[in-house]
Order: sequence, then structure tokens, then C-alpha cells
Amino acid sequence: MSRLRVAFLSPAAIVTIALFAIPIGIICAYSLLSRGAYGGVILPWTIESYRRVFDPLYAEILWRSFVLAAISTSLCLILGFPLALYIARSKRRTLLLNLVMLPFWTSFLIRTYAWMFLLRDTGLINTILQSLHLIRQPLPLLFNDGAVVLGLVYGYLPFMVLPLYATLEKLDPALLDAARDLGATPWVATWKIIVPLSRSGMLAGSLLVFIPCLGAYLTPDLLGGGKTVMIGNLVQNQFTTARDWPFGSAVSLLLMALVLIILLRMLSRQSEQLL
Amino acid sequence: MNRYLSLYASAAYAFLYLPLAVLAVFSFNASRFAIWQGFTWHWYVEVFRDERLIEATIHSVEIAICATIFSTVIGTLAAYAIWKRRARWLTNSLYLSLVTPEIVTGVSLLAFFQWIFRFLHVQLGMHTVILAHISFSIAYAVIVILARLRTFDPALEEAALDLGANEWQVFWRVTAPNLLPAIGAAALLCFTVSFDDYVTTSLVAGVNSETLPMVIYSLARRGVSPAVNALSAMITIGIGTLIVAAEGLQQRGARSRP
Repeated sequence: MSRLRVAFLSPAAIVTIALFAIPIGIICAYSLLSRGAYGGVILPWTIESYRRVFDPLYAEILWRSFVLAAISTSLCLILGFPLALYIARSKRRTLLLNLVMLPFWTSFLIRTYAWMFLLRDTGLINTILQSLHLIRQPLPLLFNDGAVVLGLVYGYLPFMVLPLYATLEKLDPALLDAARDLGATPWVATWKIIVPLSRSGMLAGSLLVFIPCLGAYLTPDLLGGGKTVMIGNLVQNQFTTARDWPFGSAVSLLLMALVLIILLRMLSRQSEQLL
Repeated sequence: MNRYLSLYASAAYAFLYLPLAVLAVFSFNASRFAIWQGFTWHWYVEVFRDERLIEATIHSVEIAICATIFSTVIGTLAAYAIWKRRARWLTNSLYLSLVTPEIVTGVSLLAFFQWIFRFLHVQLGMHTVILAHISFSIAYAVIVILARLRTFDPALEEAALDLGANEWQVFWRVTAPNLLPAIGAAALLCFTVSFDDYVTTSLVAGVNSETLPMVIYSLARRGVSPAVNALSAMITIGIGTLIVAAEGLQQRGARSRP
């Protein structure tokens, strides 16, 4: 190995080991220790934290996170597919694609706050409905599961559109022409030819949306209020308010393991498809 | 069918942009509430008068500049080495750090820093935030630089080597100048990622290191304040400009290929 290569790789390697691998290792160790009185951890070693994860109370939070992430992913797929199709058929693809990605790069916090401004009791939607005399009492739009799903879909839609577009763009337009020649309407051709052929893009997009949704923290925190607790909120709560670091560490590792399992399964399925 | 598609696409773009546009429009609203009562600059003036906001902005900029410099340099070097010959373990751990839920990154860094502090006499503060930001920005820099390197013609390097340049001279005088637009794009991206981060930052921040997103978060939780709308509008426009500039740099880098 050349000296230059060592010199070039080592800073990144050091940072990755010191600020990613070791911290995760510490979490692993902490998850097996006991809870200290003022946060932190103490001996003895125990697997108590892992046993508690399967307590019905916490199992419900895991389940709820799964369900909310799955609903958000499906909605992203339904909403993202026609958009990706439109972009793939358009003449100004780069511009349109960049317009989808642009909001993603701006502050996630501000985009979530924008929905709070719209959905609050005194927010824009309720104010408009009230001034039109359509409702008397403000509708409870914020601080519920629906608001969380909306926020997640809004936040991660670009992740769905990108891989879908990449697949759709590669499809041979001759396939559609052939279908049309044989008498298929545009709708039938889309449903029977384009949708099945873009399965790999759907899979990649769903993966890219589902993973961050499952680990979401900010969206359920701000849009769900205290009611909607997802795994991310549970982790944060254990490290701050509840001061149970071993349990928080165990939940973090569980979340990480779930992400890895989903990732590896999807990746292996995708490579099977490629073969 | 195409007509339906374009109609749908307009609605989808409206969905993506309307919430931010509405926020910006109402930042000029004379009323505290969501009823339009005339135009005002009042909330913008208020933002610039608020000392907590000014201080937080300074913190955010300082942190973002430090994190950007380190992660762009480290990321560029790593991307170059990976391009020359694959380094599986490094690329894999960088991708892994990208898919790790932010809350897990945050608490693991918090636990790590607290553990280190048993041996060193330091506390959470600006330095821990900067370290955290460097650790999650490097992956972005590597991805942007690698994408550019994939379109770079290795023959240029071979020519330089044939003419007697050593490895370092090849990198510094042949490849790096060609990478400049991509390095610029990577830096802008790292800056925005660092400037916008809330989750990890809030966990590893200590005394005297409150950042702008942390202030926005606490104001957003407390309720209606049109000053937050004004602040959000300014940040969104500012960051949006940086992103468009980064995209432009990337395009330019890609076009100038031989």
C-alpha cells in the first residue's frame, strides 16, 4: 500500500472509528450495564434492559413505529410514482428533479414547523375554515398520528421519487409503443408494463423512505405532540428525562438492528432480481 | 393521460412548496395570528434585535464553518483514495453512518463524550458539536467527490506519471484542480447539513453552544411567534441559494470533463 494512500485514508478512518464505531460500541456496552442514579451507568452487567424492550408497553411503541412508517412509505409510493413518471417523460427532467430535491436539502426542522403553522388550532387551515363559517370549533389537525404521517410523507417523498425516476427513465419507450400498437390504452399500458418493470425502483424507494421513517424523532416529537411516541422518541426520552441510559442504549441497538436487517434483506432481494 | 399526469405533477409540486411559501408570506403579516392584517417588516426587525437569536446564529455559523473545512478536506482525500483502489470497509461504514437513525447517532455520541469526560476535564460544548458534525458530514463529501471522480479520465494521471510527476504531484497539480467545482459543491452541502442539524446537535450541545435550530425548536414548541416565520423564511432562502449553487458547481464539474 502506498504511503500516499495511507495518508489520504487515515483521517477519514480515524474519524469513522473514533466518532462512529467506538460510540456504537459504547452503546453496546451500556445496554448491558445497570442504571446509575443520576443518569450514566454502573455495574453489574445484566440483560435486564433487553428483557424490558419486550414489555407490552414498549412493544406497542415498536409496533406503532412500524405501522406509521409502513403507512407513510405506502403513501410516498402512491404519491411519488405518478410524479416520477411525469418527470421521466418530461423534457426538462433535470430541472424538475432538482425541484423535488431542493426542499429536502433545506432545514427539516423548518419544514416540520411549516406544517405546525398550517395545522395548529389557531393555524392557517383552521382560521380559514372558521372565517368561512364551515366549522365553529377548530379541527384537531395537529398532535395526532395523521399529522405525523403527513410530516413523514412530506419529509421523505423526494427519497421515493429519486430511485423511481432512475428506473422509469431507463425503460425503453418502444415497449409502450408496442403495447399501444397492440391496442392497450395508455392507462392499461402503464399498469401492465411500466408498473411491473419499475419494481426495483419501488423497492429501493420504499427502503429509502421506510428506514428514516422508522427511526424518525423530530416529526413525531413536533407534529405528534406527547401522544404519538415512536422508537426515536423513546430513545431520546431515556437519555434525557428518564435518565435510563442502559435501556435507551438497548432500544437504540434494537432500532439499528431493525434497520440493518431490512437493509440487508432488501439488498439481497435486489441482487437476486438483477441476476 | 398525459394531461392528468401534468395536472397531478402541479399538485405535487404545490404540496412540496406551498407550506414553505405560506410560511414566508405570513412572515410579513402585521397580525400575530394567521389572519392577514397588512404588510410589515416588524418580525424581521425583531429577529435582528433578538440577542439570543444573534448569538445562536453566530454559534451555528462557527460550527458549520469548522465542520465544513474538516469534513471537506477529510472527505476529499478519502474519496480520492477510494477512487484509486476500493476501500470496502471505509465505504461500508460511511454508508452505514448515513442510514443510522440520527437519534442513534446522537445518543451514541453523547454516551461516548460523557465516557471520555471521565478521563479528560472537559464538558459538552461547541467542540463536541463540531466533532459530531464532522462525523456525519464526511459521508456527504465523499459521495459528491466520488461522483465527480467517476467521470474523471485516469489517462490524465497516467500522462503526468509518465512525465515524471510523483503520486502527490499528480494529485495536487492534476487531479485536485479538476475536482475544484466538486469540492466546492461538497463544502456547500456539508455547510447546509451542519447548519440545519437539530437532533444530534441538541444531544451533544452543552453550555454556550445553543445553535439556531435549537432556538427555532424551542420557539416552535412554545407556540405562535411570527418572528420564527421570518427567521425560517430567511434560512430557507439562504440555504436554498447554497444548494442551487452547489448543484451548479456539480453540473459545471461534470461538463468540463475532457
